[in-house]
Amino acid sequence: MKKIEPARWMLGTHAWLVYLFIYAPIVVLVVFSFNQERINAVWTGFTLDWYVRLFQDAGMLRAIYNSLIVGLISTAIATVLGTMTAIGMSRYRFPLKRVFDSVLYLPIIIPEIVMGVSLLVFYVFIQFTLGTASIIIAHVTFNISFVAVVVRARLAGMDPWLEQAALDLGATPFQTFRYITLPLIKPGIIAGMLLAFTLSWDDFLIAFFTAGVGSTTLPMKVYSMIKFGVSPEINAISTITLLFTMILIFIALRVEGVTHATKTMD
Amino acid sequence: MSERVKKIVMLVPSAAWLALFFVMPLVIIFIYSLASRGPFGGVEFIFNPDNYVRVIDPMYAGILWRSVYISVISTAICLLIGYPLALYISRQSNAYRNFLLALLIIPFWTNFLVRTYAWMFILRTEGLLNNTLLYIGVISEPLQILFTDTAVIIGLVYTYLPFMVLPVYVSLEKLDHNLLMAARDLGATPLQSFRKVILPLTRPGVISGSILVFVPCIGAYITPDILGGSRSMMIGNLIQNQFLSARDWPFGSALSFVLMAIVLLLLLILARQDRKEEEA
Repeated sequence: MKKIEPARWMLGTHAWLVYLFIYAPIVVLVVFSFNQERINAVWTGFTLDWYVRLFQDAGMLRAIYNSLIVGLISTAIATVLGTMTAIGMSRYRFPLKRVFDSVLYLPIIIPEIVMGVSLLVFYVFIQFTLGTASIIIAHVTFNISFVAVVVRARLAGMDPWLEQAALDLGATPFQTFRYITLPLIKPGIIAGMLLAFTLSWDDFLIAFFTAGVGSTTLPMKVYSMIKFGVSPEINAISTITLLFTMILIFIALRVEGVTHATKTMD
Repeated sequence: MSERVKKIVMLVPSAAWLALFFVMPLVIIFIYSLASRGPFGGVEFIFNPDNYVRVIDPMYAGILWRSVYISVISTAICLLIGYPLALYISRQSNAYRNFLLALLIIPFWTNFLVRTYAWMFILRTEGLLNNTLLYIGVISEPLQILFTDTAVIIGLVYTYLPFMVLPVYVSLEKLDHNLLMAARDLGATPLQSFRKVILPLTRPGVISGSILVFVPCIGAYITPDILGGSRSMMIGNLIQNQFLSARDWPFGSALSFVLMAIVLLLLLILARQDRKEEEA
């Protein structure tokens, strides 16, 4: 293996440069959210001013509130519908199942801009007033698919004999679902739920087309600030958003850890 | 409850939801794409294929071409950067491998807008890159990178690199190490065994990765909107423009369908390749 030593050395250096490329922008963004200087990217001293300003900005607080409402409601609806779909798809046969299966994947793969404009045209067509409700509906639409995919993956890894055993031991179908199926797919449901919330929380493009007056979400607010130009307030709100997502990822990974633990128990 | 009722309860709500809020909107814009723009920005339902013909009008074909060009370059750079990274990761111990993969994916879950803004912050004329280069004296005038195609390509590569690394990594992972040993025993140099053994065997990974990067690039909106200038428009921006500024919804709808057709066609190729892989 000695011959490939130089190649290995180069690969290692390359890998760390790529990781530097991936993380440096994020680190820079966070560091400069604490910088006193407003215009230039020169470090002049530490401050928390930009964070204070964010929380004094009524529009910003309103956008955070809107994003939370949209995220929570759309996640709740999508988690229920997506989980039901996943269970139904894994269990039943029905006509046009393959067609439904394809349609279920489409919201994940078609370009966001197409989904955004088609919903805008649809809302205008049925004369539905754009606002928080129209964003929630849009978010539920793509999140059903994401939740269904995640929960289905979990169901696919489940031992079907466990349900059979419960039924044989005299459990009713409801009891079997409540005490066997549900606990087994719970990590999948939680993972799907966290994914749905993250996608809703981060979505700019679809909200951009389906929002109305007064329903500006956080990404829309950030976007309008970016369009206005670079400012330390954007760095500050970016840092908060990053922190928030990191916490969600951490929870998701913990849940995944639980999944692995139960898998080894099987 | 009978099986039939259960089936209906489980599947009908989401099927109805998707039919109403996903399929219906697409059907409506398809009908719009065949209609014409009225004199005051409204829609006149005189059906004709004119909007699809207009897509190849030189004025718009240029934007279409630019989208393809930027996406191809971004995909190629992702491959050049991503392949060696995947190779490196695949050669590490199990635990370290998972750590490196997680490190690659985590930023992907953070806000897209924020990551794009980070590059705006770095690349602008008074940004960190220019300040640093000016300070160490590499340049005497700030470089105009922001609002150019280069900035768009940097942003796209930054965002979609994991989509290249993961499939390539998976195909490297499946590689039979005995084949490499055989190549070496037969006197192949490391470069020869890479070119004649590793590269051909990981071709499916390269193809998957390329499609997975190209597809979101061609449909990009935010990256060219924020990092590109008025001359770095891509299909996504043109579509947005037709809906929100030009108020030509029929043409915007036709463009949306063209974009969707490109994306679905590529993903169909990918699905067929995966099926072949599984059969093999």
